[in-house]
Amino acid sequence: MRVVIGEDLVLLRDGLIRMLTAYDFEVVEAVDNGPALLRALVTHRPDVAVVDVRMPPSFTDEGLRAAIEARRQVPGLPVLVLSQYVEQLYARELMSDRAGGVGYLLKDRVSDVTQFVESVRRVAGGGTAMDPEVISQLLSKKDEPLAALTPREREVLGLMAEGRSNAAIAARLFVTEKAVGKHTNNIFSKLGLPPSEDDNRRVRAVLTYLNA
Amino acid sequence: MAERAPRVSRLAAPGWSFVFILFSLPVSVPLLVGTVLGTVLSPLWLGLPVLVLFAALVRGYTDTYRRWAGRVLGVAIPRPYRPIPRGGPFTKLKALGTDPATYRDHAWLWLNATLGFAMSVISLALFLGIGFYLIEPYLMQITPPDVFSYDFGLFRVNAHENWWVSWVFAVLAFVLWWILGPVLLRGYARLARWLLGPSARAQLSQRVADLASSRAETVDIQAAELRRIERDLHDGAQARLVSLGMSLGMAEDLLTRNPGMAQELLAEARQSTSLALSELRGLVRGIHPPVLADRGLDGAVQALALANPLSVDVDIDLPVRLPAPVESAAYFAIAEVLTNAAKHSGAGNAWVRVRYEDGQLGMMVGDNGRGGATAAPGGGLHGIERRLSAFDGTVTVASPVGGPTVVTMRLRCDPATDAARPS
Repeated sequence: MRVVIGEDLVLLRDGLIRMLTAYDFEVVEAVDNGPALLRALVTHRPDVAVVDVRMPPSFTDEGLRAAIEARRQVPGLPVLVLSQYVEQLYARELMSDRAGGVGYLLKDRVSDVTQFVESVRRVAGGGTAMDPEVISQLLSKKDEPLAALTPREREVLGLMAEGRSNAAIAARLFVTEKAVGKHTNNIFSKLGLPPSEDDNRRVRAVLTYLNA
Repeated sequence: MAERAPRVSRLAAPGWSFVFILFSLPVSVPLLVGTVLGTVLSPLWLGLPVLVLFAALVRGYTDTYRRWAGRVLGVAIPRPYRPIPRGGPFTKLKALGTDPATYRDHAWLWLNATLGFAMSVISLALFLGIGFYLIEPYLMQITPPDVFSYDFGLFRVNAHENWWVSWVFAVLAFVLWWILGPVLLRGYARLARWLLGPSARAQLSQRVADLASSRAETVDIQAAELRRIERDLHDGAQARLVSLGMSLGMAEDLLTRNPGMAQELLAEARQSTSLALSELRGLVRGIHPPVLADRGLDGAVQALALANPLSVDVDIDLPVRLPAPVESAAYFAIAEVLTNAAKHSGAGNAWVRVRYEDGQLGMMVGDNGRGGATAAPGGGLHGIERRLSAFDGTVTVASPVGGPTVVTMRLRCDPATDAARPS
């Protein structure tokens, strides 16, 4: 799988390259600033990109902006954004093109290597990987249209947004997979999502969830 | 502060002049007489209550002028009096007698009874003159020849030959009234502001006192912040790193002898790093939230609204980027009010409105909760007031029991120059 890395701190960039190479990714380019990242993403069109939010030259949300711009030029380009902190605002902006293939994780999640690599693969496959911290901010929200959901359904939706499969959700909540299936169907109908391919529907449920 | 156009129309001016003719000399003189009487009689005990009574009347009287002049000039004229100390009637009387504003009030009484009265009379006379000269030719006709005619030496104005000279006078009176009317009125108001407002000296010393207290607050708050950061680092991230080192050391030691145990310790170490990171994250947010650096006040408040459990409407219109310290203070103030609303108000909705106009940043945060919020000492709102005092900021809380609550915060600031922008 071909991957582009955008990270300005040498230590972390080398670590990411080493880790992803060890898990059979091919790092086609690793860049350290926003403009170079945008160029790399548009020319290489990688299977997935791993991008730090804060990068030169402005040392603000350069990486995020480059990722969003790249997805505008190459629709659906899978991007996993890493950051020292998470903002729901940024999650929303990332998902605003409603195309899926988006991840937004705290940098420390990298330390759980297997789970992190799994997240990268999931994003490459068009799925989502939202950080539990984004989710926990959302869980406290009393907004429409999520008001219709029961607390349990909200919990299931949150785990879905993190990118977990029904089986993984079942294991996490100590219920059967069938029960989770029932919850997800309820969620889809309460959010007014017409039947379609399950993956696509999951992404759209997450989008609704993020209020995008 | 810049003066705005007078708030009293030209047509209302004669009315005011009439009111002041009745209100200046006829009221000032009895007040002066009363005060003098009270002073003369004060060796006899009788004078003291008279003095106190007249002091109160004088202040009430001058307050009316302050309000009126403030309206005409478009600026508020603050009361210049020193606070009346607690204590017996003698302490209070002494405070009254030593307050320079008392003497300025009495100077005003004299001036108002003379100059003020005269200005009002002239202003009204000019106005009435227009009417008088207009009907004078008619009056000349119906009265005996000597009552309303003039002798200018060279010629006589009378009803038959040159009655129109009266109308020339009418036009003259009109022009004078048109020009002088507002000038007199504003001059009168300026006179009132000059004597009844705080003197430049009093204003300066008040300003110095305000600055000294706001500086003390700022220093206090900064010291407290640094102490908090030090404590958080000491008890949080530093402690986590120590325990991380311990876990790693033990794992190193156990690696060959007991690989299972070593693996457990390594997992524990990893846990420690993520806890340390999350604590550092919290700390950084408290010092300077990254989203504020990224997006400025606008984006940062949007992010706040999204992260708040309430559904928050955000309406921000900032034509300029503000200096970093102001952005930061404004952000934390709004964050605090929103957090309060989510915690205590029981509201379901909240809104934030931010505007920048005429060098003033105005922030309003409201919710539809149960109200009853106050800026009591020790509370969150009082804390905001203290923080904003470094920017001459004010906080007003409108929160009747039963809601809704609206907190309005204002502070003065100039737009950021490019050099001062956060990079």
